Amino acid sequence: MATPPSVIGTQNKKGQTYTDPWKLLHEAPRTPSFFTGSEVIKEAVRRSSCDVMIAYPITPQSEAAALIGELFAEGYIGDYFRGESEFAVMSQCAGAAFGGARVFTTTAGPGTMRAMENFPMWAGARLPIQMIVTCRGINSPLSIQPDTLEISYLLNTGMLVWHAETAQDFFDWILKGYLVSEEPDVHLPLALCCDGFFVTHTKDVVNLTPADMCLPPYDPYRSPVPCMDMECPPVRMMRDPFVMKSNYISYATHASWQQEIWAAIERSRKHSIHWLNGLIDTENVDAEILIVTSGTAVSQGREAIRLLEEEGVRCGLVKVKTLRPWPEDEIREATKNAKHIFVPEFNVTGWLAKEIRATIPNPHRVHAGPHVCGGMTMPPEIIVSEIKTALGMKSFSLAGRGS
Amino acid sequence: MSKERIQISEDLYDIMPSDYQDLVKSATYGKEDRGWKDIGSSKELIEQHSLCAGCPESMAFRYILASLPNPEDTVMVGSTGCTSLVFPMVAVHNIHSLFGNQNAIASGLKRALSVRFPGRVKDVVVLAGDGATVDIGLDMTLQAWFRQEKFTTICFDNELYANTGGQESGLMQKGFVAKMAPVGKLFDKVRLPEIARESGCHYVVNCTVSKPSLVEKVIRNAVHVAREIGPTYLQLYTPCILEIGKNSMEGLQEMRDSEKPTERFAYKEYVSEPAKQLLAELAAKDKERKAAAKQLASQASA
Repeated sequence: MATPPSVIGTQNKKGQTYTDPWKLLHEAPRTPSFFTGSEVIKEAVRRSSCDVMIAYPITPQSEAAALIGELFAEGYIGDYFRGESEFAVMSQCAGAAFGGARVFTTTAGPGTMRAMENFPMWAGARLPIQMIVTCRGINSPLSIQPDTLEISYLLNTGMLVWHAETAQDFFDWILKGYLVSEEPDVHLPLALCCDGFFVTHTKDVVNLTPADMCLPPYDPYRSPVPCMDMECPPVRMMRDPFVMKSNYISYATHASWQQEIWAAIERSRKHSIHWLNGLIDTENVDAEILIVTSGTAVSQGREAIRLLEEEGVRCGLVKVKTLRPWPEDEIREATKNAKHIFVPEFNVTGWLAKEIRATIPNPHRVHAGPHVCGGMTMPPEIIVSEIKTALGMKSFSLAGRGS
Repeated sequence: MSKERIQISEDLYDIMPSDYQDLVKSATYGKEDRGWKDIGSSKELIEQHSLCAGCPESMAFRYILASLPNPEDTVMVGSTGCTSLVFPMVAVHNIHSLFGNQNAIASGLKRALSVRFPGRVKDVVVLAGDGATVDIGLDMTLQAWFRQEKFTTICFDNELYANTGGQESGLMQKGFVAKMAPVGKLFDKVRLPEIARESGCHYVVNCTVSKPSLVEKVIRNAVHVAREIGPTYLQLYTPCILEIGKNSMEGLQEMRDSEKPTERFAYKEYVSEPAKQLLAELAAKDKERKAAAKQLASQASA
């Protein structure tokens, strides 16, 4: 088949110019704008040449999902509707992606859990859907507050999982997410996570690319599996469905299919490194004390490091940007000099600390904590306190925390 | 899809499977008046099947695939169950994803195809069992109808969960003793055809698949109405002969017995006013086309 002519430089029906992604993200002028995280999601989607967005209300993503509806009304998105539940929405997203559309959706907390059956199916069907996860509590009694426990459930679905720290990350990564997940050798869904409220409902200065430039459209014929649009021959897939068979060929088929998905996650490394400028960011990792974390805990960690510096304690920082692919080599390298590794997290189980312990030599160096959950904030002082206590330094008790 | 897309490169012809060669040579993609009568004289869009010998579902599959008005631009959506064992053998793009989410998949799919192919016909047809349609997937079945999604939903009603071994389903008759209904089912067969009508379907039929000509008619009507107006629903009795204790050759009689006027699969049809108008227009066009063809044939022979 002949290569179709490039669309770069041509305009879509809204007058936006399809722009080379590298130029769009690295060379185009940026305008500082004071926006909430939800508004930033809308602005990123405006520039992402999205075909279909499917919405469902759940705090704290409702505002972003509704704002994208405004984009649809303005004509920036091909189709948009409210589904009936997160399980249905994620299946509707799958249907749209099977049909060759670039698909976007958002969810949070209990919605993520309700939709869970869809995620390994998305990965298995190689659908490069992008799902924003604005994390919130999933526990009972009912909570709508920030809590990142739901991310741990996504880690083994076969999806790419990224964890944004700031609204700026969010803006850039929504666009970059499509570039990575739609690569033919990846072609997997992306869960782009952030800490609900802290990122979605606070205002921040975000440098936006020009609104009249957008990503080139998705080309479904670069998919490693056929697009279900009856535009290519409908060959019989197999003589007998493997679900029926209890034999070696059946097991081998299912096994190799799963292995291929995890191989595709591995292959996403090079693309993620290219677009995100590495899977982790580091500061002063020659220090003996390190904070290694992801999401807004990174911001709190950065502030804790400043407080520690005032007291003459030197501490470095590792910001983990991608959880899948997991930056194993990068974390081993960044932590090789550290004697103490602190992993502050916004959840009760400390799933990130467990991942890091499983990654590095001498895992006793990892101090899992501090943990806050159920919507509690993480004042930098409690990170400082955790570090000083572990090091045997005198630490002031924190009022109101029962300590 | 244009028919050129399925042509085989000459260099590769001899290594292609014979069923694909047959598809290229004699399938009825693009044939305007395709229907059940093509069975036997053309390549069917189903190649073998792995259902039980004599399963009425296999008859239903053959009639439906022969009757789709536009298979070259039709995508089918299935669900888990006996139907999911057949779809891999079907020469129409088809999606299996999860159990019960078929109408949600079809909603997203239809909208994506409408965005990507404006001005072109792309039909979407859902085909799933009664467990998928009425029990686990009922919410998504109904919500797609409420939203007036433009695709056809076909339910193969065998009145139980066949693929998992004959458990009670919502469409099972009251009193039937089955797995998970150890003292007999305690509530009535769910009245989905009536619910479909009230939920906004424009064309609803409840019948068996004993008569291929009838299956052809209702499939064509359902797809055309869904394409132009809104959701349509067909509930087709495809008894599970295994689970109701029948032999391989008894499926047809079981359907004939169940479609008598007082029985639960007596032919029932609901057509909305806009759908009536559309079907009348299509019938008039069909008549015109046949008359023109007849005239052409008589001119040629004169």
